[in-house]
This record gives sequence, structure tokens and C-alpha cells, in this order.
Amino acid sequence: MDLVTPSFGLLFWTGITFCLLLLILAKFVWKPVLSAVNARSQKIDEALLEAEKARQEMKSLHAENERILKEARAERDAILKEAKEAGAKMIEDARDKSKVEGAKLIEAAKAAIGSERNAAIADMKAQIASFSVDIAEAIVKESLASDEKQKALASKMVEDIKLN
Amino acid sequence: MSRTTILRFLSIFTFLVCVAFTAGATKEKKFDVTETIMHHVLDAHEWHLWGEGHNGTSIYLPVIIYDNGIKIFSSRHLYHGNSVPVADSIKPFEYLVGEGPAKGYALLHEKIYKVTDGKLVFHGTHPKNAMPLDFSITKNVLSLFIGSFILLVVMLSTSLYYKKNGAVAPRGIAKFIEPLIVYVRDEIVKPNIHGAKHTRYIGFITTVFFFILVNNLLGMIPVFPGGANLTGNISVTLFLALCTLLVTVFSGNKNYWKHIFATPGVPWALLPIMIPIELVGIFTKPFALMIRLFANMTAGHIIVLSLISIIFINKSEAWGLLSVPMALFISVLEILVAFLQAYLFASLSALFIGAAVEEDHH
Repeated sequence: MDLVTPSFGLLFWTGITFCLLLLILAKFVWKPVLSAVNARSQKIDEALLEAEKARQEMKSLHAENERILKEARAERDAILKEAKEAGAKMIEDARDKSKVEGAKLIEAAKAAIGSERNAAIADMKAQIASFSVDIAEAIVKESLASDEKQKALASKMVEDIKLN
Repeated sequence: MSRTTILRFLSIFTFLVCVAFTAGATKEKKFDVTETIMHHVLDAHEWHLWGEGHNGTSIYLPVIIYDNGIKIFSSRHLYHGNSVPVADSIKPFEYLVGEGPAKGYALLHEKIYKVTDGKLVFHGTHPKNAMPLDFSITKNVLSLFIGSFILLVVMLSTSLYYKKNGAVAPRGIAKFIEPLIVYVRDEIVKPNIHGAKHTRYIGFITTVFFFILVNNLLGMIPVFPGGANLTGNISVTLFLALCTLLVTVFSGNKNYWKHIFATPGVPWALLPIMIPIELVGIFTKPFALMIRLFANMTAGHIIVLSLISIIFINKSEAWGLLSVPMALFISVLEILVAFLQAYLFASLSALFIGAAVEEDHH
């Protein structure tokens, strides 16, 4: 029976102690601790949100970088292509020009060779003419060296004239 | 609840075993197992440490009584007073008449009576003498102070950590305590008391939880400063249940009272039956809380003591090979029960308060 009979003294002390505990703990422990926990969880939430935002930014930055890189690559390709084309054109031009020049030179050379040859031929002709005269003179001198020969010639010429 | 059922069965079983053993050996001055266990489970004006009777060592606690003014003296003057035997047909007993400052008072079954002509006057086995109001710092009161001191030190150092470091991750004692506090809020208070109103009751529920937990655990330590069966004392559980009752009744809203005095959906002709049932229901809920905590903790103490008593009943240390492992097993189980009962009391209190503040959903 003692087991289930409440005693006044213990009830009294329990009451006082529990009420004091409740006041002290509620004011100095539960409230500050829970508010700290709440503040911390808010901080963590914010940090997570920030991280997510930063991640998104990084992603967009990366995309931007990618885009710029792509553009740069395209530009490089275009420049290279242009340069190649320009180079090719230059070579082509140079080739054309050299061809023309060569042709011109050949033409000029041909002309020069032609004129040289003509000159040489003319010169040669003149030389041959003079040689012919010299030879003819020599021959004439020879053939007219004696009277008989002069006579023979004159007769021959006379014959020729007769024929005509 | 099956665990507590098992505990109860075990306690009944061990009691029966003990009774069977004690009934068998009735020679010389035998070991009275019931008296020994009851002595340990009940409150006392001394804190017995070791030894027997006058050769034993005890902490004599202050007796504070109100009898035409407050009187304070050491309980040594009662325990070392005159022992007066009382012949009784069922079981003879004795009471102690105080000396010195305790003159005029007698101690019987840890209750203080005023003596008339230096002795108690019995009516059957109960004295007819008047009892002064006893505010003594008994074993349980001292245990209550020690438990509260431990609770305050632990909790205030936890609080101090946050005060010093701000809202950071917990370390040290705060690392252990914070999850418990958050657990009580998130798993006990929030699910039972809906809406923003729950913040009003966090203080009460959390204090109840930790008060019961610390004192339950302290009671499981077999030596001073532990071992007092504080949470297994009906006065303590009565006070805690009374708090829950008062909080419930005073926070009850219109909806709560409407459910008691005009339960929706019940024909008006049935109301004369329903109203008394509902009114009784207000009290049975905290009453169940009171009995549950008291019975569980007391049962745990009784089982452990019964198992240890097997050694003394049989007067053979060899029985320790059986009783010590069993007592160890029950002690470990009691640690679980300490947490479980703290959780149950807090959880059910939150449930009752939650029902009282719930808004009408119909």
C-alpha cells in the first residue's frame, strides 16, 4: 500500500524542482538551442541554394565559353580558308603572270633571233656578194690573162648573144 | 507495449519463485526478500550505503517537518532511537522512537508520527497517532536534486556551446544532446500538436522527457548517487501526470470542450451517458500516464533486486552464475525502458495536448 500512496513531501519537492527546471530549461536551453538549430538549418539551406546558383552560373559560363570557343574556332577556320584561298590565288596569279611574261620574253627572243638572223643573212648576202665579185674579178682576171682566152670568151659571149 | 508486458510477467514470475523459495526455508533469522526489495524500492529518510542495522553505513538525510512551526533535524536521531517491537498475529514489526532533537516523533515504515506518552497507539497494524507534514529531504528528494543538477549542468553546457559558437555544427556534449532535443521537437511535439501552436508546448514536453530520462537512468545506477527509485515513485509520476492534465485542460479550445459536452454525431438522448464518460476520460488519460511510468520503473527495480536476491535466498554464491547474468540482462533492458518510458510519457502528453488544441476539421 505504501507503494501507491503519494507522499506529500516528495510531491512538494518534485513540484518545486520540476517547475524551476521547466523555467530554467525553457528559457536558457530549449529556446536558444532550438533557435540556434533553426538558424543553422536556415544557413545550410541558404548555402545549398547559393551552391546551386553558383553551379548554374558555372554551367552557363561554361556554355558561354564553349560558344566563344566555337566562334573563335569558326573564325580561325574562316581566316585559314581565306588565307589559303588568297595564297592559291597569289600562286595562280604569279603563274599566270609568269606565263605571260615568259611568253612575252620568248616572243621578244624570237623577234630578236629573227632580226638577228635577218641581219646575219643580209650581212652574209652582202659578204657573199662581195666574195662573188672578188671571185668573179679573180676569175675574170684569170680568164683574160691571155689573148686566146679573151677571144674564146668573147666568142662564147657572142654565141650566147646570138642565141638570145 | 509487449516489452512492458514481458517485464510484468517476469516480475510476477520472479516474485512467485522468490515466495516459493522463502516459504521453503523457515529457520533462524531468515532473509526477507519482500522487505528487502520494498526497502530499496520505497522512499527513506536515510540513504543506505552498505552494512546491516547499526553497523551499517548510511547517509542520514535531514528531516523537515511542519508541526506548529518548522522543525529540522538529522534522521540519525530517528534511526538511532529506541526500537519498540510490536507483536502482531501475522507479522511482528518494530518502530523507532526518536531521541534528542527528534524527541516526540517516531518512525514506522518510513513515516513520521507524533508519539503520545513516548509510544505509538495502534489500531490493528495502523497507528492512530497524528502525522506532522513531512517535507523531509528523503532519499528520493535528494535523488531528484542530484538528477536535476546533472540535467541542468548537461543542458546549460549545451546551451553555452551555442552561445559561444553561434549557429554551427555541434561538438562535445552538444553533439550528443542536440539530436535528442531536435528529436523531441520533430518526432514527439510536431507530429502530435499540429500547426504553429506546437512551439508553445516544446518547453513542457522537452522538460518532461529529459526529466524522466535522466531520473530513469540515474535510478539504474546501483550505487550512490544512483539507485533511488524516483521515477518509480507514485508521487513523482502523479505530479508529472497532473502537469499534463492541467496543461491539457487549460489549453483545451472550444472544439475540445464541444467534443466532451456535445460530441458531434451523437444523438442528444445519449448525451447523459456520453458526458460522464468523456469527463472521466479527461482524468483517465493522465492517470494511465501516472500508473504506466510508476509501474514500469518500479517493476524494473523489483526484477533486478529479485534476481540478485536469489543468491541470498539460497545462501549460495553459486547462484550468482545464474542471477548475475540475468540481472545484467534486465539492467540493460531497463536502459531501453528508461528511454522508452521517457518517450512514451512525452509522446502521450503531446498527443493529449494536441487533441485539446486541435481545430475543427469537420
